[in-house]
Amino acid sequence: MGAGWTGKLKRNGFGWGLILPSLLFLCLFTYYPMLKAAWLSLYEQNLATPEPVFVGLGNYANLLKDPVFLKVFGNNIWFAVGTVPASLGLAFLMALFADKAIKGRAIARLAFFYPNMIPMIAVANIWLFLYTPHFGLFARLAAWIADQPVNLLGTPDTVMGALIVMMIWKEAGYFMIFYLAGMQQIPKDLYEAAAVHGVGTWASIRRITIPLTMPTTLFVAVIAVTNSFKLVDHLWIMTKGGPNHASNLLLYYIYETSFNFYDQGMAAAMTVVMIALLLLISSLQFFGWDRKIHYE
Amino acid sequence: MLWHGMGFAFAALWIIPFVWVARTAFLPKESAITSGWFQGWTFDNLINVWHAAPFGQYFLNTLLVCGVVLAVQFVTLTMAAYAFARVRFAGRDLIFLLFLVQIMVPPDILIFSNYQVLNEMGLLDTKLAIMLPYFASSFGIFLLRQSFKQLPYELEEAACVEGASRLHILSRIYVPLSRPVYVSFAIVSVSFHWNDFLWPLIVTNSDSNRLLTVGLAMFAKSTESGAQWSDVSAATLIVAAPLMVGFLLFQRQVIGSFMHSGIKG
Repeated sequence: MGAGWTGKLKRNGFGWGLILPSLLFLCLFTYYPMLKAAWLSLYEQNLATPEPVFVGLGNYANLLKDPVFLKVFGNNIWFAVGTVPASLGLAFLMALFADKAIKGRAIARLAFFYPNMIPMIAVANIWLFLYTPHFGLFARLAAWIADQPVNLLGTPDTVMGALIVMMIWKEAGYFMIFYLAGMQQIPKDLYEAAAVHGVGTWASIRRITIPLTMPTTLFVAVIAVTNSFKLVDHLWIMTKGGPNHASNLLLYYIYETSFNFYDQGMAAAMTVVMIALLLLISSLQFFGWDRKIHYE
Repeated sequence: MLWHGMGFAFAALWIIPFVWVARTAFLPKESAITSGWFQGWTFDNLINVWHAAPFGQYFLNTLLVCGVVLAVQFVTLTMAAYAFARVRFAGRDLIFLLFLVQIMVPPDILIFSNYQVLNEMGLLDTKLAIMLPYFASSFGIFLLRQSFKQLPYELEEAACVEGASRLHILSRIYVPLSRPVYVSFAIVSVSFHWNDFLWPLIVTNSDSNRLLTVGLAMFAKSTESGAQWSDVSAATLIVAAPLMVGFLLFQRQVIGSFMHSGIKG
């Protein structure tokens, strides 16, 4: 008995000792900041009120009345809807192609994946250039289609579409890698058996590849949703959220509120809303979707 | 045939942005904004840009940040992944759930609060401030834990019988056998920190602590007019080149390690 107890104690101590460093950083830079944001969100603190004043849920009430916040929130939902399914779908097709095509496969993979090796800021510069009226390639293309000069990033109607196209270009290749990994793990004899039974290529993709890569889809979808809410670098370079907040997204608005307007209470409240939203979406994905997935 | 044609058409479409920038970086200023392709190539833009801002210093800073973060991450990851994969300790499942949250709410989301935490610690405008929030990575722990779990337990038992300590087993068996996972995590980590922008921008404000991305953004901001696009393109190429070349050289290993590291969700 005594030896059993010391053994248990040793094992527990060993386990906790191993996770301690990671746990320390996790607490310091995930949980403590979260609690701090929740606490600060109950206080008013800005340039007009330098000393924090307790306002309860006042900041949240103000958020609901803030037309800019509501617009930015809506923008972000549209941005997620516009980018996530499209980049997942494209990533799947790219992976099918990169998995099957023998000649030139390496080049195709490189072409699809390289946007992820370039700094976001360089990506933003590249696309800013492509969209610049008169000089940019895409601006010239748009001008040719519309038969007049077009300022894609300077027009409220087109700016979000321009950002969505760029985001899909960047994300699809990254998700392709995950799908490639998932497809490699599907046993080849499943396809052979299907072929023997006269099942065509499209049918076997629908009945074998898609269901068996569902775990990948779930994992990638969680990352894709998170990514669509943390886009901020591109906005800093390309639009600053403009024109007239047409391209402003949540994290950029939090950045503006805290570092340009110095309104800490509101920034904290928005941070809390964003955390709640992300946790809600990803737990829905994990617990709702997980049940429908066929695991091998 | 149709399938291949479409695939390669897409691949070509994906390369266009890069080709356009590379073209502009090597063309003389006057011809950069015209449509011509062959008006004399030049390295002038690259040379001008390199001397226009302390890019050498930025390079060193970025290398340092990426290197230190990766080194610390390897240690914390290995320890935590082994504990989650192979040690039964009280509260393990609960703690694991706590780690899961970091994947859903990564440090980038918490820029506002993390800035205040580093302010409280008195570390603003240091390279350490850029690195600290990333020293533990749940994403990496998950990847590595999966790989550790796939290794046969008999290996560990055999080593145990021969009297090897658990730390010895960890460093001699688990780490070498999970090399592909370390490689793919290193790629994710290095490209993330090489490319990260807003966080380094917020926490540092002196040239000696500035990273490549921030330097590039400052440089791009200072040159607004159309004729300066050749400079901005050249700077973009300078910043993007190291990872691109690395990826080109190790393309096979990079994608191979991704595929063998068990990233399947």
